[in-house]
Amino acid sequence: MKKLFLLIALVSMPAFASGGEHLDTVDIDMNDIPSLQRGAGIFVNYCLSCHSAAYMRYNRMAKDLQIPKKVVKDNMLFTTDRIGELMIATMPAEDAKKWFGTVPPDLSLVGRSRGPEWIYTYLRSFYLDDSSPSGWNNVLFDNVAMPHVLYKLQGARHAIFKKNEDGVKIFERFEMVKPGSLNEEEYDTVARDLTNFLVYMGEPVQLIRYKLGVYVLIFLAIFLVFAYLLKKEYWKDVH
Amino acid sequence: MEKLMSWIDDRFPLTQVWEEHMAKYYAPKNFNFWYYFGSLAILVLVMQIFTGIFMAMYYKPDAELAFASVEYIMRDVPWGWLIRYMHAIGASMFFIVIYLHMFRAMIYGSYRGPRELIWLFGMVIFVALMAESFMGYLLPWGNMSYWGAQVIINLFGAIPYVGDILVEWLRGDYVISDATLNRFFAFHVIAVPLVLVILVFLHIVALHKVGSNNPDGIEIKKTKDENGIPLDGIPFHPYYTVKDIVGVIVFLMVFSAIIFFIPTLGGWFLEADNFIPANPVSTPPHIVPLWYFTPYYSILRAVTWAWLPGGAKLWGVIAMGSSLVVLFFLPWLDRSPVKSIRYRGWIFKVALALFVIAFLMLGWLGTQPVGGINTVLAQLGMLIYFGFFLLMPIYTRLDSTKPVPERLT
Repeated sequence: MKKLFLLIALVSMPAFASGGEHLDTVDIDMNDIPSLQRGAGIFVNYCLSCHSAAYMRYNRMAKDLQIPKKVVKDNMLFTTDRIGELMIATMPAEDAKKWFGTVPPDLSLVGRSRGPEWIYTYLRSFYLDDSSPSGWNNVLFDNVAMPHVLYKLQGARHAIFKKNEDGVKIFERFEMVKPGSLNEEEYDTVARDLTNFLVYMGEPVQLIRYKLGVYVLIFLAIFLVFAYLLKKEYWKDVH
Repeated sequence: MEKLMSWIDDRFPLTQVWEEHMAKYYAPKNFNFWYYFGSLAILVLVMQIFTGIFMAMYYKPDAELAFASVEYIMRDVPWGWLIRYMHAIGASMFFIVIYLHMFRAMIYGSYRGPRELIWLFGMVIFVALMAESFMGYLLPWGNMSYWGAQVIINLFGAIPYVGDILVEWLRGDYVISDATLNRFFAFHVIAVPLVLVILVFLHIVALHKVGSNNPDGIEIKKTKDENGIPLDGIPFHPYYTVKDIVGVIVFLMVFSAIIFFIPTLGGWFLEADNFIPANPVSTPPHIVPLWYFTPYYSILRAVTWAWLPGGAKLWGVIAMGSSLVVLFFLPWLDRSPVKSIRYRGWIFKVALALFVIAFLMLGWLGTQPVGGINTVLAQLGMLIYFGFFLLMPIYTRLDSTKPVPERLT
């Protein structure tokens, strides 16, 4: 029993030491269909030009997120006219390599590999940087090749750094240079919706997995009662 | 029906087998919690085989296609996600069940005579299971699959003279590649499972020959009634079949809770870095094997003394290998006059508690970066791990014991 308790205690700790960077918490909710729909819209309009989601199909998204097929066909298919296709980036990979120096990673599973907190923080950490080829940099991901695609929404910001006693650059705060079309709160909602969508896309079955799990456990619990009674009946003559 | 049975029995000992192994196999009546894990191990084995067969129908053992085919199973194959989670999480559950099964043998002395062969078969099963899960872990072709296999295969390179050739031979290439993936697939889906099934058969044949041990460590065959039936024995069927069904359902509830609510278990059962396709030029910041290998991985990394002849790496590999080999000798290291912990003295209890703590600590440290206090703790854990086994002939003889009753309590 002791071993079992220790095992449970161990499991409740995270398996991997994080890199030490500060990540903001984000409210991920697979039941918030409107948020997932908004996130899908942002994804298709802003991300899918460069990034693929090559394991995800448009019609799966339409079905899961209750988006009418006509809406998807009319507004979301830029690279294909078949709704059963996978989400492939508009930009060819060779061009991307030429322009950015690297192929933008596939985002199908980024919700699982990076995790929601990382994505949410990343989307809110861009700043203007003249020394970078794209003109943009990111506090969470230094020297990132990706420009700030959502800057028209968030606005353009400078990052203020200070140096600590060892001479290492420490991020202090952002300073707005040119406001975007959204205020801070509205932009945070955009970042949250997109993160929510990316988490969904990492594992579409999440939408039914939890609900199904409840039924499975209820079934097993009922089964357990009968199995226990059967065992008790058989064992009553064992002394 | 009777005619059919006698027709079969004339040609195949069906009734005899049924009686010897189920209806008239007399098991001690005092099995407790720890005795569920044998039947659960069989359940998980069967489950792994069935889910594995279904996955093999869609999986592509090809470095270009493997990662995408797993995502295809997760997204496009009807119920593929459930089959895949059952298999991947089932591997972790297999080790939980096996570790608890082995721990049961340790507390009640089930490895002691006349059950040494059962223990040895069991140990070979354990090693085969490690090979099976290691090779299975390469198949999704994620980045941790790739780099984990890279690290473990490279360990063979520490062997003097033949190391480098051996590593190349194992990989079938100069790097981990499509050739490696294909051979691991072949081993994972047929060679090792076949060996496992045969060994499990032998494990059970050996068990049924000598009979089960029990929490008291008393041989129930010593006291029989006039018909030659052990007084403290009950037929396995129906008593333990109905009891094991209860255990199976409780197990399935835990298993389902993980599958449906926390399939990655915070990175313990499915690692985040494995959702990135294998990339030979991008090493993950921390290469961490899955939890069931981490105690041995810790022992490997705990050997840091560069002055050792042949280098620290070679001795790390030797230490890791020895940590498994020493388990095989357990039946002969234990010199206590009693089997069960119930009748042993405080020295064994303290030693076992220290061993469990050291094993869990090593497991934890295996997921952490090396250096500083972590390395010192791993070395301490290694010392306790080996001390538990190597000093066993001494402390089990010194230990005081309580008198063992004639009959089960």
